[in-house]
Amino acid sequence: MSLTTADVEHIAHLARLELTTDEIEQYRRQLSDILAHFDVLAQVDTSAIAPTASVLSLRSVMRRDEVRPGLSTEDALANAPDSADGFFRVPAIFGDDANGG
Amino acid sequence: MADELYSLTIHEAAGMLRRGELSSVALTEAVLDRVVAVDNDVKAYLALTPEAALADAAAADALFAAADDPARLPALLGIPLAVKDVILVEGVPTTCGSRILEDFMPPYEATVTAKLRAAGAVILGKTNTDEFAMGSSTENSAYFTTHNPWDLSRVPGGSSGGSAAAVAAGECLGALGSDTGGSVRQPAGLCGVVGLKPTYGRVSRYGLVAFASSLDQIGPLARDVTDAALLLNTIAGYDPRDSTSMNVPVPDYRAALTGDVRGLRVGVPREYFIDGMQPQVEQAVRAAIDTLAALGAEVVEIRLPNTEHALPVYYLIAPAEASANLARFDGVRYGLRHPDAETMWQGYTMTRGAGFGPEVKRRIMLGTYALSAGYYDAYYLKAQQVRTLLKQDFDQAFQQVDVIACPTSPTTAFKIGEKADDPLSMYLADVFTLSLNLAGNCGLSLPCGFDAAGLPIGLQLIGPAFGEGTILRAAHAYEQATDWHLQRPMLNNMPAD
Repeated sequence: MSLTTADVEHIAHLARLELTTDEIEQYRRQLSDILAHFDVLAQVDTSAIAPTASVLSLRSVMRRDEVRPGLSTEDALANAPDSADGFFRVPAIFGDDANGG
Repeated sequence: MADELYSLTIHEAAGMLRRGELSSVALTEAVLDRVVAVDNDVKAYLALTPEAALADAAAADALFAAADDPARLPALLGIPLAVKDVILVEGVPTTCGSRILEDFMPPYEATVTAKLRAAGAVILGKTNTDEFAMGSSTENSAYFTTHNPWDLSRVPGGSSGGSAAAVAAGECLGALGSDTGGSVRQPAGLCGVVGLKPTYGRVSRYGLVAFASSLDQIGPLARDVTDAALLLNTIAGYDPRDSTSMNVPVPDYRAALTGDVRGLRVGVPREYFIDGMQPQVEQAVRAAIDTLAALGAEVVEIRLPNTEHALPVYYLIAPAEASANLARFDGVRYGLRHPDAETMWQGYTMTRGAGFGPEVKRRIMLGTYALSAGYYDAYYLKAQQVRTLLKQDFDQAFQQVDVIACPTSPTTAFKIGEKADDPLSMYLADVFTLSLNLAGNCGLSLPCGFDAAGLPIGLQLIGPAFGEGTILRAAHAYEQATDWHLQRPMLNNMPAD
């Protein structure tokens, strides 16, 4: 599996990562090498094998629907890079042509 | 050095505290002095909290003084411990070894540290880690690399390398780490201490910053098996705040240390003795297995035929889960926000581009690719299917044997910088540890010898789900028959370079 520069740029876009030109070339080479090493999995016959997402059997955990103390607004905002009036403050989302599509 | 307070085991110190031969304040001061003396060289700690530690120690001493029956007090009361910096301790910065969380102050406490505090343990500070626990050497920490106390030019292993080095160097009596693919056991092996990865679901993950949610477990690092059992006794158990913690009774793991392994069936998997492993590692591990046999265990050769697939399966599943978990670091609610970001989109991409280090970006990219349209079936789904086969291997093996014995790592500690530019060779450092996380077993590493350069060698004992008592019993019996765990690094004689 050999990745192209465009492949790497596409993955970086999906991952919301800004990469330098040097990083794109480095990851293109390294990810191609790593994925080539992983192609061995293609030889394993898994046609009748169910996937394992978790080693635990899936189950729903229910609890009483009762009011309990939670994180206060003040605590929740304590680490925010920017906040105002009890909200997280961010740059405007709408009216922005550079939203990356 | 064995006479120094900082080199006591937890159970030795606990006995002295109960007999009035030692105060927690004196013990904590001795360990903090040791940190001052050696941590410029070892660099195990990212943050120290000496004032809070001494206040907790004084509170413990008051409890000892007031107790009618000190024997009934919690085993960890007054014991100075360290916590890996991916676990939230309220009021102490948690960085995860990352620039993106440089100033993060946790607003709540992890369940494991709340349990340590409830038992009266003294928390000394936060230990170094590869960024977001992604690595096998601590070289991926954004702050500095921890040095192996046995040879300061070598890595301590990782990602819980700060915790392992701190335990080995006498900078705490025990520590917590986290293990997603070997991050407790591998550094324990490379630093000559005991490290245990509990069964998935045995210990609450509440307050552990998530790396790969289906694999992560918190586990203890300690100077001997008894101490590991005492730490596990305290942190194990069901937690309603972690939906993946299992409501399974917690036995007294110390009571499991009977010293008797007669009739215990020990499986030796052919696939874990591979070409390219260090010959002295193989010799030491085979000699350890012979010791278990001499103690009355029944040694059986077994097969784990899908072992060669564990590495690719792990390095697809763990990065895929990480790429989703690390999406939360977006510069909105906590952590770094890039100062030059003018739009919401730039706020995401510039913050993440600047805040994450090279290995974290590499794994986010790898995981995003494995989950992306067109590649999901070939990589992520395929890896999950082969994960099923890996689990079946272990399930079948544990129908024949009680414990599996093998090396923790293919080599002893490698030089700082040796693998730093070669991600694949670094990934191979975990080749013997990561299949357990995929299969949901428990496992531990304990010292079983030294190579010609004087570097520790780790023996890995693997148990079935919730088989911690059995692997601890086997490890303890081996430990009683050997003296590897009594060796301490001669740190003071070593020049830093």
